[in-house]
Amino acid sequence: MKKTQSDFSHIKGWGVDADPLDVPAYPMKKRTENDNKGMIWERPPQQPALTEILHSNERPSLPAVFGTPNPPTGLSGKIRRFAFKYSESSFAHWLPLLLADRINMFEGIAEDFQKGHVPDLVSEFGIKSELKYNPQGFARKVVTCLAIGALFVLLAKRKK
Amino acid sequence: MLAMNYRGPYRVRADRNKPMPVIEHSGDAIVRVTRSCICGSDLHLYHGMVPDTRIGTTFGHEFIGVVEEIGADVRNLKVGDNVLVPFNISCGKCVFCEQQLFGNCHESNPEATAVGGIFGYSHTAGGYDGGQAEYVRVPYADIGPMVIPDDLDHDDAVLLTDVVPTGYQAAEMGGIKPGDTVVIFGAGPIGIMAAKASWLFGAGRVIVIDHLEYRLEFVKNYAQCEAYNFRSLEDPVLFIKKTTDWIGADVCIDAVGCEAAGSALQTITGRKLMLQAGSATALHWAINSVKKGGVVSIVGVYGPTGNLVPIGNVVNKGITIRANQASVKRLLPRLIEHVRQGHIDPKAIVTHRVPLEEVGDAYHIFSAKLDNCIKTILIPPSANK
Repeated sequence: MKKTQSDFSHIKGWGVDADPLDVPAYPMKKRTENDNKGMIWERPPQQPALTEILHSNERPSLPAVFGTPNPPTGLSGKIRRFAFKYSESSFAHWLPLLLADRINMFEGIAEDFQKGHVPDLVSEFGIKSELKYNPQGFARKVVTCLAIGALFVLLAKRKK
Repeated sequence: MLAMNYRGPYRVRADRNKPMPVIEHSGDAIVRVTRSCICGSDLHLYHGMVPDTRIGTTFGHEFIGVVEEIGADVRNLKVGDNVLVPFNISCGKCVFCEQQLFGNCHESNPEATAVGGIFGYSHTAGGYDGGQAEYVRVPYADIGPMVIPDDLDHDDAVLLTDVVPTGYQAAEMGGIKPGDTVVIFGAGPIGIMAAKASWLFGAGRVIVIDHLEYRLEFVKNYAQCEAYNFRSLEDPVLFIKKTTDWIGADVCIDAVGCEAAGSALQTITGRKLMLQAGSATALHWAINSVKKGGVVSIVGVYGPTGNLVPIGNVVNKGITIRANQASVKRLLPRLIEHVRQGHIDPKAIVTHRVPLEEVGDAYHIFSAKLDNCIKTILIPPSANK
């Protein structure tokens, strides 16, 4: 038989939200007179767009507020602009965005060096904590990387 | 100011030269952050799985702080208020906010219509910087933020911005009836809270499935539930069927999302090759473990493209699927009452408190599940001002 407890006195608050009419809560859809009428609400004041903001083509314009950091730039920005020509339903929207993210990573490294900043990879990758809490795992990863590297060198030498 | 700065997959740093945020809209506030958390869903960004996560973004959608500046139209907050800021950015006016679907606001995210704005969660969620910083811009300051009641511990308050409401809503969406068997996939912070909340709805049996022993041990004690390691079960779906008298669970909750372990096919196609929007193993198991006519509740985060799930079984079994980002503002009054009554003890899940300066290590510890990490709070230097 199904193993269900019958005494829940050890669980503080058991069943306090069991009344479906007294949850905060689900079903959440509180029908209002504005349902099915489109975007008719009194819109909040519009945030001025002082930088380039890409917007989904599934909406007619910008929402009242939006984030402004990191506008599209460089090659990754061009790819993002291309992606936003397609709807959220299209792979042509999302896959270019992922590609842009990877390109943006290299742009970030180039930008760091342009500014004279050498990335501290030990702290960025959290290697200190890996050494502290998982030294064996760290050693395994180093040995694996060295082995793969050695294999590539050997293969390259053979080809020559 | 000091802020977390995303530099690419698995690479984040504490950047001392991030420009201070400014008021950009009459409804904005600038908040000095006193605590922020790393959320399990931040790891999807950290691992490079969320499209349009731009280099330079500051993550962090779970934070509390002190109001430093307000826009001309802000009426409900004043400078100096200690505020808890829900992770949803919501206008309070659109038809979705009117229905209390504060996670689905239509006036806060230009880049995608499928989700409302979220602090520090990529441009796909609005392009806002997040709270893993000394200061953060908070739009619609009259709507989302709530002044922290004097009797609420600030560690509890920061966990009420996402993890507690999300776990609670997972149980709520399950439509749990007294005596129901609830199976929760994932023993991370959200799964732990979902297990705890399931009892509040009168569950008769709560089972949590994961593969990390230390988390299973934690949830067993914290939520007084059963906890099983799927690595030792061979087939978790078969196990659920057997233990429910061959019927299946009444309610299954996916509290894992797109980085689930447990299936080589899902891991390779979803996480490594990214041919689908992450690995949907937990959702796959949830659909197959629930009884005919049962409910699957999804709060695990998935990408926007698509996933391999047995949709045919959803049809054949007549399953109801309910899912959403938590509507934090809607749930807060009830949840604060639960914390006061001692039904939920949010801060008990905090295992790590790390200075913001060490954000790279904090992310790695959480991501690699080192040092028995369950929940990390980042403390910015601004917390002591």
